[in-house]
Amino acid sequence: MSNTTIVPFGPQHPVLPEPIHLDLELDDERVVQALPSIGYVHRGLELLAERHDFIEMANVAERICGICSFIHGQGYCQGIEQLMGVEVPPRAVYLRTIWGEISRIQSHLLWLGLSADALGYESLFQHSWRIREMLVDIIEETTGGRVIFGVCKVGGIRKNVDDEVLKAVKGRMRDIQAAFNEIADVFREDPTVKKRTVGVGVLTAEDAHILGAVGPVLRGSGVPQDTRKLGYAAFGELDWEPVVEQEGDCYARCIVRVREIDQSFDIIAQCLDRMPAGEVEVSVKGKRPKGEAMFRLEQPRGEVCYYISADGKKNLERFRVRTPTFANIAPLVHMLKGCELADVPVIVLTIDPCVSCNER
Amino acid sequence: MSFLKKSPWVLHYAATSCNGCDIELLACLTPLYDVERFGIVNTGNPKHADIFLVTGSVNEESRKVVENLYAQMPDPKVVVAIGACALSGGIFKDAYNVYGGIDKVIPVDVYVPGCAARPESIIDGVVQALDILEQRAKDRKRQRKMVAV
Repeated sequence: MSNTTIVPFGPQHPVLPEPIHLDLELDDERVVQALPSIGYVHRGLELLAERHDFIEMANVAERICGICSFIHGQGYCQGIEQLMGVEVPPRAVYLRTIWGEISRIQSHLLWLGLSADALGYESLFQHSWRIREMLVDIIEETTGGRVIFGVCKVGGIRKNVDDEVLKAVKGRMRDIQAAFNEIADVFREDPTVKKRTVGVGVLTAEDAHILGAVGPVLRGSGVPQDTRKLGYAAFGELDWEPVVEQEGDCYARCIVRVREIDQSFDIIAQCLDRMPAGEVEVSVKGKRPKGEAMFRLEQPRGEVCYYISADGKKNLERFRVRTPTFANIAPLVHMLKGCELADVPVIVLTIDPCVSCNER
Repeated sequence: MSFLKKSPWVLHYAATSCNGCDIELLACLTPLYDVERFGIVNTGNPKHADIFLVTGSVNEESRKVVENLYAQMPDPKVVVAIGACALSGGIFKDAYNVYGGIDKVIPVDVYVPGCAARPESIIDGVVQALDILEQRAKDRKRQRKMVAV
């Protein structure tokens, strides 16, 4: 007879902004096994493609998740554009790249804050969100929305941004980067952060590869894989390299995100320097998508795949999303085996779970 | 209202939400908006909470959790539904796995619109909820007195 106890974790838990449930099988304080169960946020979003036409569907796709909303909209639109053979004007491509990177920075800052909260480091949580709020201001000024941008549409973007505004954005980005660098050192050096994260939840490069980890989880284990290297949007023309850390523990995953924020600031600066002039949209009136398309891009949490199948009608035949959190749940369950109960919230957060992406 | 008679503690649960309203709700607690200076504290424990903030619509799985959390909160309590999904199902109204707004499951007192609801409107919703909370507390006191007599 086994001497284990089962402790439920979630769906409503102080460290989780979102509902996910884990059954933790404990032997004393040590986790023997973790069984995830999901379904609290399933809405049936993919089937809505049958109700809305393919242009309206961009708004629905953006609401897959409120944190990486813009990147979902971008992925959907680029998939449809690929299917219809629409060439998007270069200015729209660069603006999309900038907004994508801004949402990556705000998502990572949000995560750094939540993970600091899980460590019990309340002031660091507040500071991360203070800096995030400066970015949200830029998002609001350039797009109109705070979390749901609503600017991406099939054929380009909805709203052009004036060159003066972009110039101002460039100066403010530098200030935000300086403010971020102050707290970045705390994540890098602080003994309280290190004590809770170094050597906790180790995922080796081999395991990460076998279990199909993506994004910062994979790169934190020393595998230099980043979907942006495929060169979608403007990434092919920019100068950057994927961020990799070797250790594979919670600290490495945290540092990957800290360094990625710095890198994204750099990418945005490059985009602003090379910003082409001209139109921001092409008309897709009268055109209908036909055939099958698969599109991959890099979300803050990792690789996301969109499958779109259309038969030349107004509505899509099938819309399917495979999100990074889904890919990262198997590595998470593996990491939780053998850890202490007190480390569970920290490890769960280091995969940056986005349950609403995951279940749609 | 000019001052708060009580420091209300809030409980947040993301029912079937897309995260948008949830991060706006968390943004209310952070330095720019900082509702904690008024004594509004986000608690993880339903038994300590006065105001229940629910975001997102409901499906079969989250219905059980919402009902459970509501039942665990002590009286008097107020429910605030945040965001278009919590009001009516919003953009996901037609989705097969969505029942609709939170009021299909538990009684809602304050509705905060928006997709995603802005932090200012969420704070406004909580302030309106406070009035209702105070009224309910008074009613309870009166009822108790009547029973005692």
